[in-house]
Amino acid sequence: MDALLLARCQFAVTTVYHFFFVPLTLGLSILVAIMETIYVKTGNEAYKRMAKFWGVLFLINFAMGVVTGIVQEFQFGMNWSEYSRFVGDIFGAPLAIEALLAFFLESTFLGVWIFGWNRLSPKMHAASMWIVAFGSNLSALWILIANSFMQQPVGYTIRNGRAEMIDFFALLKNGHVWVQFPHVFFAGICTAAFFVIGISAYHLMKKSDDRFVWQQSMKIGTIYGAIGVILVMLIGHSQAQYMMKVQPMKMAAAEALWESENPAAMSLFTIGNEKKREDVFALKVPGLLSFLAYNRFSGEVKGINQLQMEYEESHGPANYVPPVAISYWTFRIMVGAGMVMLLLIVFLLVALFRNKFDFKPIVFGVLLWAIALPYLANTTGWIFTEIARQPWAVFGVLRTEAAVSPSVSGGAVLLSLVLFTLVYGALMVADIYLLRKHALAGTAKLNFHE
Amino acid sequence: MDLNTVWFALIAVLFVGFFFLEGFDYGVGVLHPFMSKDDKKRRVTINTIGTFWDGNEVWVLTAGGAMFAAFPHWYATMFSGFYMALVLLLLALIVRGVSFEFRSKDANPKWRSLWDWMLFVGSAVPALLWGVAVANLIRGVPIDANMNYVGGFFNLLNPYALLGGLMTLSLFTYHGALFLTLKTTDDILVKAQSIAQKLWLPTTILVFAFVIAGYFATDMFTRLGANPGVVPIIAGLALLLSGWFVKIRRSGLAFTMTGITLAASVVTVFIGLFPRVLVSSLNDAWSLTIYNASSSPYTLKIMTIIAVIFVPIVLVYQGWTYWMFRKRVSVNSELEY
Ligand code: HDD
Ligand code: HEM
Ligand code: HEM
Repeated sequence: MDALLLARCQFAVTTVYHFFFVPLTLGLSILVAIMETIYVKTGNEAYKRMAKFWGVLFLINFAMGVVTGIVQEFQFGMNWSEYSRFVGDIFGAPLAIEALLAFFLESTFLGVWIFGWNRLSPKMHAASMWIVAFGSNLSALWILIANSFMQQPVGYTIRNGRAEMIDFFALLKNGHVWVQFPHVFFAGICTAAFFVIGISAYHLMKKSDDRFVWQQSMKIGTIYGAIGVILVMLIGHSQAQYMMKVQPMKMAAAEALWESENPAAMSLFTIGNEKKREDVFALKVPGLLSFLAYNRFSGEVKGINQLQMEYEESHGPANYVPPVAISYWTFRIMVGAGMVMLLLIVFLLVALFRNKFDFKPIVFGVLLWAIALPYLANTTGWIFTEIARQPWAVFGVLRTEAAVSPSVSGGAVLLSLVLFTLVYGALMVADIYLLRKHALAGTAKLNFHE
Repeated sequence: MDLNTVWFALIAVLFVGFFFLEGFDYGVGVLHPFMSKDDKKRRVTINTIGTFWDGNEVWVLTAGGAMFAAFPHWYATMFSGFYMALVLLLLALIVRGVSFEFRSKDANPKWRSLWDWMLFVGSAVPALLWGVAVANLIRGVPIDANMNYVGGFFNLLNPYALLGGLMTLSLFTYHGALFLTLKTTDDILVKAQSIAQKLWLPTTILVFAFVIAGYFATDMFTRLGANPGVVPIIAGLALLLSGWFVKIRRSGLAFTMTGITLAASVVTVFIGLFPRVLVSSLNDAWSLTIYNASSSPYTLKIMTIIAVIFVPIVLVYQGWTYWMFRKRVSVNSELEY
């Protein structure tokens, strides 16, 4: 098989897998820190049990985030050596900074947190979790600075056949970072919120011991989730508007918009023919896309055909259209999952307002399964972001096919892809087994070692 | 000194930190199934590095990131060239990392024994592979005019490199045994002492064999980048002394000596390479050097400023955690893993 395709598959598998654990780390670290802080402030032991209970689940998840992250750090050199040569000047910097500023912080202080319950003062102990939370989210910021360069390259010039950095601060000020990072940050908050809500719902349904903990967790989760969902959507909206400016082809693909339109209609459901670039069946709301793009019901949104022509003029003849069906559906799944999450949160806010979390079993069941929603949105969100950028690895500058390692054979990548998939698959089983076990065990057996 | 040299030195420092810290982590991982059959005592062994292992591992992540930022061609050529070796390394590090966390979260003896062996394999394989990598760095690897590695995987597994692998495996295990003598009590301490004592001789033989083989198998000695002076001699002397200190039960000094051996060996290798970062065995002109493999001066400048500010901060808080958790671990301690 073709080494490029295999390398892409491997990158997609390993990165999506890594990001399966990342958002929970981002959001739950903050939440555990909040819970422990409440314990320190009130002295109420229930909050200590709460912090410990969610802390154990956090640790199981964190371990997976760490080990899958190690792969990320090295695989640019392994599979994408031409990419690394071409952009190393710029791209390597945030990666190194991330390790130096963030990874050291989070890993060191997590060790302190795990082992420090009796060796640190309660205040210092809570502070160490705050540092972990800060470190994790700082790492997200730096990696997204790197990723944003791929979406919207800034602060560089082409010299000696490679991209060289000329302005470090342009990387930090890159507008793309400041829509992408908040979106990912609040996506992490949603993930943690629904995780806490779902598991608390289970214990409320089963009438587990320590009802106070589950009830309070539910409340905290609901408020946290409300903040997360509303902001992830609002920022997602401005992110889409930003995308219209810097990567219009991505938006056109997200909407399966073949021809430019003014005013542009928003597609609710399209089945298209990608080869012929036409709709087979489409359900559209007139003017809505223009509204989303410009906050008014008119204005031109460029279509795929026109953009293809423009790119051919500026970059030479080639195919500049990303896989439209994947882009279209992943975008819709993410947004759809966000909508469902919003509905659930509104429902929970009402219950919170009434101060009553006694639902029918089916409702608890739905809340339990709703844990999957943010995971779905996170995964499809990234697949959309990266696939709809194709054929570019660095938008407008370096094509993905020119980024792959020439010295690594297809056979080698096939072997490594199989190995990674097998090991990752096995670990996923072990991870879910442990999470389930400890989630269901409740707070009674927090001393689980013996 | 120009910034290219500064970054070369800084990456050397990161590798010194890594070999010193992860060295004993790997060693403890390799030894722990043999320390005791009793679960509680195994946990004591693991908990000696429980607080530190993740922070220690970040040393190599930072070294990788620093290579990427300062010498992108080095990062690209080496990591794509040593592809299969890295895949093995990564898989080992993956199972190793989760086994700390997973092991303790279920009391079933079968589950625990599974992750014990994962921890063993996940520590032994990297300990071996690092030696293989270092040996190949010294020996030189086939790199063509376009900075691409043109050998296969088995090219890396030459006898000299395998000897290097055995050497690091043994050295790390010995270093780990000495770490355990500093961090444990009672019968585990006694066991660690006796293991350290047994490991000294084979380790010393392997190290000297590697140096002698290097004389015949490589031209390391004839085309040294810079003269390492007394540094390798210090490494050798420290190793010999450590054996003496183990014998007279001066664990702290013995551990310091293996630390010096590791640090001085890494420094020797880096000085020997300087100013090259990857030696081409095909044509010396195709070697990667700190000049033809580097980032632009601007990037190096930015990265230098950041490193100067943050490396000391990291050292301070990591040092603080070692101080904070300096007490020996025993079966009566609060065990987390
Ligand atoms: C938006 C967030 C985000 C994204 C897009 C990525 N990561 Fe990540 N990464 C994290 C957020 C994060 C984190 C939250 O900080 C993690 C997850 C769990 C953890 O332990 O830290 C982490 C862990 C983690 C680790 C282990 C750190 C340790 O040992 O403590 C490494 C080396 C990387 N990542 C590297 C990468 C690279 C090279 C990426 C690019 C492809 C990447 N991550 C994508
Ligand atoms: C963690 C969240 C991320 C996910 C889930 C993700 C997912 C993906 C996916 C699905 C692809 C497309 C693969 C293909 O076209 O076959 C891709 C491409 C790529 N992404 Fe990301 N990505 C993430 C973050 C990043 C970050 C942060 C970077 C850089 C720092 C990055 C660098 C790349 C590169 C180099 C490619 C091009 C290679 C390729 O096409 O596979 N990604 N990513
Ligand atoms: C109505 C709601 C939403 C809108 C309008 C929206 C919008 C967007 C857009 C436009 C992108 C692509 C950005 C780019 O490629 O330049 C994106 C990516 C992404 N979305 Fe959403 N989103 C929404 C809901 C959500 C939810 C609920 C989650 C998760 C809980 C989520 C998680 C992500 C992630 C992880 C990415 C990839 C990272 C990124 O590029 O920011 N999104 N979203």
